[in-house]
Order: sequence, then structure tokens, then C-alpha cells
Amino acid sequence: MPTTAPTRQATVAARAVTKRFGDRTALRDVSFEAYSGELLAIIGPNGAGKTTLLSILAGIQAPTGGEVSSPGRKVGWVPQQPAIYSKLSVAENLRLFARLEKLSDPDSAVERMLDHTDLHERANEEVGRLSAGNQQRVNVAIGLLCEPTALLLDEPSASLDPRQRERLWGFIGGLAGRGTTVVYSTHNVVEVERYADRVLVLADGELLFVGTPGELGRAVGGDPRDFEAAFVRFLDLCGH
Amino acid sequence: MRWLLVKDLQILRRSPLLVALLIIYPITLALMIGFALSSPPGKPKVAFLTQVPKGQGRIRFGSQDINISNYAKDLFASIQPIIVHSQAQAVAAVTSGRALAALIVPADIPQQIQSLVTTGVGSPMVQLILNSKDPVERQFADQAIQTRLSDVEQAVSKQVLRVAVSDLQQVLSGGTIQFGGENFRLLGLRDSRRLLQRAITALPARSPLRPELNRVVAFATLAIEGLAFASPVLGSIGTPLTVDQTELAGRTTPAATYAVTIAVIFSLMLVTLVLAAGMLALEREEHAFARLVRGLVSPGALLAEKVVLAGGCAAAAAIVMTVGVSTFVPLQWSRFPLWVLALLLAGIAFGALGVAIGGLAREVRAASLLAFMLSLPIAFIALVPAVAVSGSLKSVLDAVAFAFPFKPALDAANNAFSGTAPAIGWPLVHLAGLAVAFGGLARVAVRRFA
Ligand SMILES: Nc1ncnc2c1ncn2[C@@H]1O[C@H](COP(=O)(O)OP(=O)(O)O)[C@@H](O)[C@H]1O
Ligand SMILES: [Mg+2]
Repeated sequence: MPTTAPTRQATVAARAVTKRFGDRTALRDVSFEAYSGELLAIIGPNGAGKTTLLSILAGIQAPTGGEVSSPGRKVGWVPQQPAIYSKLSVAENLRLFARLEKLSDPDSAVERMLDHTDLHERANEEVGRLSAGNQQRVNVAIGLLCEPTALLLDEPSASLDPRQRERLWGFIGGLAGRGTTVVYSTHNVVEVERYADRVLVLADGELLFVGTPGELGRAVGGDPRDFEAAFVRFLDLCGH
Repeated sequence: MRWLLVKDLQILRRSPLLVALLIIYPITLALMIGFALSSPPGKPKVAFLTQVPKGQGRIRFGSQDINISNYAKDLFASIQPIIVHSQAQAVAAVTSGRALAALIVPADIPQQIQSLVTTGVGSPMVQLILNSKDPVERQFADQAIQTRLSDVEQAVSKQVLRVAVSDLQQVLSGGTIQFGGENFRLLGLRDSRRLLQRAITALPARSPLRPELNRVVAFATLAIEGLAFASPVLGSIGTPLTVDQTELAGRTTPAATYAVTIAVIFSLMLVTLVLAAGMLALEREEHAFARLVRGLVSPGALLAEKVVLAGGCAAAAAIVMTVGVSTFVPLQWSRFPLWVLALLLAGIAFGALGVAIGGLAREVRAASLLAFMLSLPIAFIALVPAVAVSGSLKSVLDAVAFAFPFKPALDAANNAFSGTAPAIGWPLVHLAGLAVAFGGLARVAVRRFA
């Protein structure tokens, strides 16, 4: 099913990954690859295994079976809930993680991230007082501190309003444009249509589809103006 | 780890309410204990029974005498006497709580002192009955009485010594003594010997008296040398008075120092547990834990950082608190390095317990609440007196107390502050062992953290 040229080198890959929690199987035999500069979306309903898959790729959890390959420390991780200290300012959060990443020049890394995220005038504000959108930007910025070759984001837009969402995707699209592999999860079908080069469909831990949004649209069939309804029908058809 | 510590201190600095609570609470506790110890409610009430008949409280020492009732008056200045008329009334006054202690002066005390002084045989004794119910007040009464009794002791022994030494001087060198209102010249041993020696030279060389008198001179020489040694020996009658002390409730004193130690260790425990449990749970609540342990910090190092943070801050506060309290209660400053060692190691052990609580509770509120709620029973179980519970229950409580750092921390600090038994070595080893055990438990608990 993959449509990408086989000559390209995958930066992130999963081979027959299985994850069980007791007798619940969160992931079953999932395999895929993601390439440099690619925006790869993982879509699926709640409980599909998106977070589990991403955290295995990030090295937070170990798979029960199969294996993943990724560029190790060069993988940036952006968890669903902002993993930042609300009592610290934006700059203090960035500086702390820059130091923990053992970057050679933490201060310039902080400056660079403040530039990237356009948060210069908020630099000394406590993160807890920022809007959800700005908090998410700090969260993403911390994931980018190590200048990753691959960036993993778990439902990055879930807590954002449409304008904040727009700005976030503009920013992430820029990263992919500069060659970063971006793998993100979402349950927003519209987002996949607009901001993904390829899409994985995950339901109940099973990989149902890998392809471009256009190919998914054709596989789903129905009215192309109502992608969401078609997607739900597709899941029903697959028995989920 | 250094940057995490800096970060946590920054967070604490921005949580003034929490920090204020954690500082004010122990200080209030320490001040309350300090005031309770330094200003007891007036003079202690002491039941007083003298069995010495009126007018017979005089003890004669040669030409001088001591009136025991003068010392009773001095004693009454520092206690509030309840005069009783029998031994039974004295005991009843103490058991009913009307008096903190009872002091009984037996009828034969003047004779016993007199006999001790004149013949060297005699055991003058006063009886002190104490109630152990309130250790702090009890100690207060005990001290008031002991000081006054040692006044009597000192007066008696000084007088005895002065009389004995002057008598001795008179025996040796001669002098004047009064007897029946008239002055007599007393010939001393030295003069006697000189007179004899002179008399011997006046005797004919073959006089049969010569060898006899020479034997008397030899004896006098021996006596003069022997008696010269006697004065220092007399000094050994330093404490002629014995206090026969009876404890009605039968437990050895937890003195003021012990109360201070309890306050310090309890504060140390509370602050450390709340900080360690809360700050660890905060890592999870801020969703930072997964990000941190993803290659930035190992879970073990993160736990160690929390233990150092909580234990270090709380130990520093406890040291300051101890120094403050030492103005109320005398502590052994010479053992200051041991104070630091004991409080620091106790802080580490409590810190390990704290991160175990934080790891199990997982949320800041739940963790802080659990830390608060656990503190009281942990302290209580370690402090239950042996006499208060049955044997089998006591061994259960002992086992529970053994599993938590409060008891060894108390023992270690007690020894550090005042040098009392048990020695500090084993409690410190015990604390280190508990730190490792709870650290391991925390390490297992945070597996479910991400
Ligand atoms: N730590 C865990 N322990 C037990 N079950 C888990 C754990 N993490 C996830 N699961 C289960 O695995 C499944 C997939 O979860 P998740 O990856 O969070 O789904 P998604 O992110 O797609 O909503 C769910 O059924 C969830 O209950
Ligand atoms: Mg999820």
C-alpha cells in the first residue's frame, strides 16, 4: 500500500509492533515507515492505540513484540498534555530542558525557540498563566530543543481553537519543509485532509490503512465534501 | 540533578503559601514547646512531711550548730508546700495529683547526721516521692527540691569539714577551747612531744623511764604524721545526705530535651514527607515525568533529587529550629556535628518515605494529604509508652515503629542533642537501611507513573 518511493531512507520505522497491557492488546502487529520531510498522521478513535504507538516510537514504553527504529536522542517528543512546569516562566522552562538535554549553549537555544514560537514578549510570564495555545507552543518548543530529525506529537491540536490550530500547523509545516520527519496523532479527519502527506488509520490496535489522504478518500468512498462521515462509515465497514 | 534541584527551589519560591505553612507550622510547634518548658505554672506544689519533733532539728558540731529547719524555710521559698502529717497523706497527695511530689524528712535525721559527723557511721536520708504522669512538670519539681537538698548537703559537709579540721589543728598544734563557759588551754600533740623530748634529756642516762618515754615520743611522731593526712580524707564526706527517690508511675524521665527532640523530629518528618511526596507527584501532574525519564534523567536520579531536596530543606529548617530551641533547653553544643548528621540522615530517610508516598499517591493533593495523615500515627506509634499497652500489642507497635524512620530518628537526635543512650551508631544504620528500603519501594511505584 505505501506509495512513497522505496529509494528513500526511513527515519522512523515500526516492524510488527505489538503491545499488550495484561490481556488487553493495545497494538497488534503494526508496521510502517516515515521519511524525512514527511508529515505522517495517525488517525483513529479514542482508545485506538495512537498514544501507545507514539510513546513506543519515543522510547517511553517498550513494545511487547516487534521492534522500532528511530534516530534515538534525535527524536523530539511532544506529549498530549503540555509537559511543562506551570510555576516557571516560558524562558525558565526552555532553559531547564535545554540544560537537561546538555546542549552546549542553552541560552542561545532558548533564544532560538522563543524566535521559532514567537513567544518573545511572553518569555518571562509564568506558563500557568498562558493560554492553552501558547502552552502548547512551549510544549512543542521543548520537543524541538534537541533539533530532532524526527518529531512525534500526540494530538497536538486537541486543546486549541481554530486560529491557534492554524498557527500551530503553519509552524509544524515549516519544520517538515526543512526536512524534519513529523509523525502526529489526531482524531480530527479534517486536519488529516489538510495537514498530512500520508495517513495511518488505527482502530482497536490494528492498522487498517496506510496511504495519502486522497487514497483514503477513495477507499472510504462517498461524498468527498463530507470526509468525516465517510471515514466513520469506513470504520464501520472494517468492523470497528 | 542540579538543574532539577534549582527548578524545584524556584517552584517552591513561587508557592509562598505552602512554604509559609511548612515553616510556620514547625516554628509554632517549637515555640509552644519552648514556652511550656520555660514558664511552668508557678511554683510546684510539694507535699511536705517532717517527722522531726519541734525544737530537735539542731545538729551540734563542736562549738557550732546547724538548724535543719532553716533549710526547710529555704526550700519552701522555691516550692509551694502542702504540709501533711503522715506518710499516707503524703503519698495520697501525689497520687491524687494535688502535689507533684512529696518530701519526707524522717525523725532521726539530726541524729543520723550527728552520728555521721562524729563517728563516721550514719545514713541521713530524706524521701522524695514523685509522680511520673507529667514528665515536664515532674522534672521541674524534682529540680527545685534537688537544688535545695544539695544546699543542705553542702552546708552540712562544709560545717563538718570546718569543725573537723579545726579540731584536728587543735589536737596537733594546741589552742583554746570553751567548756562550761570557761576557756581552757589545750596542749597540742606537737607541744606535748617537745615537752616530752625535753623531759627525756633531763632524765639520768640509765633511767628506766627513758625507753618508755621514747616509745611515747615515737607514737606522737607517728600520730602527727598520720593526722596530717586526715584532713583531706575528711573531704570525702562530700554528700552526707541521701535522697531516697520513689517513682510512682515508674518510667524514666523524658526530660525537656526529649520533648524538644520530639518536636524537632516531628517537624522534620512532616516537612520532608509533604515536600518529597508533593514535589514528586507534581512531576507527574505536570506531565513532565515521562519527558524527563526519556533519556534526560533516570527515574532513580529523579527520586534521589526529590529526597535530597525535601530532606535537605527540612533538615536545614530542623537545625535552625534546634538552635532556636536550645535557648530554652540546654543541649550539648559540643556535639553539633552529630546534630547535623542525625538530622540530615533522618531527612534522607523521611525523604525516601516521602517519595514512596508520592509514587503511590501520584497526585499532589492526594500525596500531601497522605503525608499529613501518615505523620501523626507514625509518631504516635513510636511514642506509645511500654506501660500503656499490653505486651503483645506493644510488640506489634514496636514492629510497626521499626518499619518507619521516626523512632530511629528520635533515638539518633536524642543522642546527638544530649548524649543519652542508645548510642547514635545503630539508629543511623537503621535510618540508612530504611532510606534504601523506601527508595526501592518508590522506584517500583514510579513504574506506573508515565
Ligand atoms: N498503561 C496502560 N495500562 C493499561 N492499559 C493501557 C495503558 N495505556 C493504554 N492502555 C489501553 O490501551 C488502549 C490504547 O490506549 P491509547 O494508546 O491511549 O489510545 P488513544 O491514544 O488512541 O486514545 C486503550 O484501550 C487503553 O485503555
Ligand atoms: Mg491518546
